[in-house]
Amino acid sequence: MAFPFSAIVGQDESRRALLVSAVDPGVGGVLLFGDRGTGKSTAVRALAQLLPPMPAILACRYQCDPERTDLQCEDCRRRPHPKAGLVPVPVVDLPLGATEDRVVGAIDLERALLEGKKVFEPGLLARANRGFLYVDEVNLLEDHLVDLLLDVAASGENIVERDGLSVRHPARFILVGSGNPEEGELRPQLLDRFGLSVEIRTPEELAVRVEVVRRRDEFDRHPEAFRQKWAKQDARVRTQLVAARKRLPTVGTPESTLRCVSELCMRLGTDGLRGELTLVRAARAYCAWQGDATCGPEHIRAMAAPALRHRLRRDPLDESASTTRIERALQEHFAAAAA
Amino acid sequence: MSAAAHREAEGQQRWDDACRAAAVLALDPLGCGGASVRSGPGAVRRRWLSLLETLLAPEVPLRPVPLHASQASLVGGLDISRTLASGTRVVERGLLASEHTQVLVLSMAERWSDAAVIPITRALDTHEGLLERDGSSLRFRACIGVIALDEGLEDDERPPAALLERLGIQLRLPESVAPSEAESIDTVRAKLLAARSRLRRRAQDPDLIERLARLAEALGIRSIRALLSAARVARCSAALDARLTPDQSDVSFAARLVFAPRATRLPQESGAAEDQEPESPAPDESRDAQPPSADSREQGALEESVVAAARAAIPANLLDSGAGVPRPRRRPSTTSGAGAAQRASQRGRQIGSVAGSPAQGARLDLLATLTAAAPWQRIRKRDLPAAGVVCISRRDFRVRRFEQKSPCTTIFAVDASGSQALHRLAEAKGAVELLLRECYVRRDRVALLAFRGTGAQVLLAPTRSLVRARRCLASLPGGGGTPLAQGIEMAAQLAESLRRGGDTPSLVLLTDGRANITRQGKPDRAQARADTHAAAGRLRRLALATVVVDTSLRPSAEAEAMAQLAGARYVPLPHASAEAIAQVAGAVAAGARR
Repeated sequence: MAFPFSAIVGQDESRRALLVSAVDPGVGGVLLFGDRGTGKSTAVRALAQLLPPMPAILACRYQCDPERTDLQCEDCRRRPHPKAGLVPVPVVDLPLGATEDRVVGAIDLERALLEGKKVFEPGLLARANRGFLYVDEVNLLEDHLVDLLLDVAASGENIVERDGLSVRHPARFILVGSGNPEEGELRPQLLDRFGLSVEIRTPEELAVRVEVVRRRDEFDRHPEAFRQKWAKQDARVRTQLVAARKRLPTVGTPESTLRCVSELCMRLGTDGLRGELTLVRAARAYCAWQGDATCGPEHIRAMAAPALRHRLRRDPLDESASTTRIERALQEHFAAAAA
Repeated sequence: MSAAAHREAEGQQRWDDACRAAAVLALDPLGCGGASVRSGPGAVRRRWLSLLETLLAPEVPLRPVPLHASQASLVGGLDISRTLASGTRVVERGLLASEHTQVLVLSMAERWSDAAVIPITRALDTHEGLLERDGSSLRFRACIGVIALDEGLEDDERPPAALLERLGIQLRLPESVAPSEAESIDTVRAKLLAARSRLRRRAQDPDLIERLARLAEALGIRSIRALLSAARVARCSAALDARLTPDQSDVSFAARLVFAPRATRLPQESGAAEDQEPESPAPDESRDAQPPSADSREQGALEESVVAAARAAIPANLLDSGAGVPRPRRRPSTTSGAGAAQRASQRGRQIGSVAGSPAQGARLDLLATLTAAAPWQRIRKRDLPAAGVVCISRRDFRVRRFEQKSPCTTIFAVDASGSQALHRLAEAKGAVELLLRECYVRRDRVALLAFRGTGAQVLLAPTRSLVRARRCLASLPGGGGTPLAQGIEMAAQLAESLRRGGDTPSLVLLTDGRANITRQGKPDRAQARADTHAAAGRLRRLALATVVVDTSLRPSAEAEAMAQLAGARYVPLPHASAEAIAQVAGAVAAGARR
């Protein structure tokens, strides 16, 4: 049983980032990087039980969307009248010791043995299709698995050519990673794949720390009662999430907002266009989450740090953290705009 | 009191705490997570473990986990023989799998790698394990506590930080313990039984967490998990002594066992601490509004003695070495030192499988083997009706092929002596960061040591973390004599230990070669030069890829001679910049990799 999402104390930025990516999967994944014991995994597992169920083709092993024939697997396209129903959004855990065959999928051993048939048994990438793929301690993941994830995350499709099998299936997932920088950096290629990156610090204020421990304590003692207590709040978050998704296509993005984002990225000298695109999408999603009609400066302000901090060019001689640089750029930008 | 008597008393106190900790662990093994036990593998540790085992028995077993426990043996995997015998997939349970609570005992925890403990830390957090291996997928209960036996001697030989973080109690056992008549086991058992029910119906203790949080703040402990553990340990301690809410002694006990080993600073003197009191934020206004009563003053006095208890339990060298702060630890190799080459074909990225025999240490690729055998089953069964469910012949064997990628570490040894020190250090620091920035793409590591005055010192243990490098390199000392021989020796030692771990080290030595401090740390130019040459000879025997960067304004013959003796490349860089050094280092590392 997971800790309720709304009972998490503080960690505003990571909660916001996770919710924004749930509102618009196009934002790209979320990376939670920071101190130990700050509830990184807790937040992800809490999100999992909050997500409203999604319609899917029931017979499909990749939970294909009945509405989107363009994204369906070959089997589903061939099905004449597939039966659809509501299924929970998959939040798939990729443990560090996972072997490649379990990640991409492999031949079904039993059927190979008993029937002498080669049948594909889907792996974690298949299970994560249309949902979340969560990698804890992502910075310790073996390189060949990282390459594999990058490849699939970029194409949205898993192509398996192994054990004499030849299979391709959709694998569109939101990559969520967490880790502690003390144990090693993340390769820049992987870093760039995450739409949003959150820096998590241990709370310093005594009152907050005490509250964190109190709630955890209460949850450990009476998990069921604790969940009941927070069920209403969690339900409210779920409702807001559904509303935000509905609102997202109608969110207006005026020219001024786009210009503001471009200027900000220029001021910071971010690498490539990905930063700009992500910031616009994230700001729109956040706008929808807030229930606002038009995406404006306040939404950019809220999402600038998570969307850009991992895309700043590193200057080994500039000691100031990326977050500080973004804060500074935001202030300068809005001061200039006001003048 | 004589020094010996004092030591004995301190040892006795530690032993008493350890015994009480065993009772606390027996009371709530899941809640406390477990303990790390720092001690040599001697009689004292055996005695403590057997005490713990007795107290946990019969419900909770102790289960030893060997150092080389693989991912497969922890989380489980395919049971090859039974799978072959039955023809259906049989999944073997790993050590972590347990419906009922068990306590795992990790031997040589300081040698476990960061990645190897992840399944364990996960189980500690969620009481659940996850198997995604060999075509099998399984989520299983894993109710475990962990005792991490830490046999590290040096400060940097410690269990992985991710594991230590989750083990509430950290014990250091004394070297010897006087035989004493402990309470009879039956008495303690009866106490445990009573305590367990007391723990379930314990009263609310609203101010306990706040008290502990203040204490953690005073000791500079940031981790929230430590706070949570301390609260649990204090409650267990209270329950053991038939108290419904923890009192002073319970908080002191928790402070000694949970906080003291994690302290990063000494608490301020009581006067100063009291002055600070009003500044600390209060959780809510109403509580803050109460006038300071006699009760709260009394509490202040109580708190003082708790702080004193914690302070006394902080290991003497902890704060000097900064061991309480998360810091680089010597990275243990995943297997024993022997045979880095032999291992080569068994790790890294699997790039496929080939027909071959699983002898000579090659790993059988079971799936590939079975896949190869599958089409033949009907024919073989016709020929061999008596055979088992699956007929596998030697021809079917497939073994895994791996792409070997052994990690590289560039060691910077920097002469931090004399007037040039600051410039050299600054540029070396820049080079370290530049290299890290480039080489973390390849996952290579960087280490930095400096020598000055009368000795050498590792400033940055091998790391690939820029964050960590920045922290370590923020302020570097410089000036004094040149103990070049010591610098070379330390670099050689580091390189050797890295090699034992299957690493490929290379060395960049930044100096002007003008040694003037002997190996013994005495100022004697002639002897210093002789020592340096001896050390250079040792370096040559290591056949280490080395470059000597001469940073003096005029290239010195001494440095060149030393480089020659060490079998190193000599590069004079009078105005060495970070970029130039990084470039040279990159070239050397590339050479070492070949």
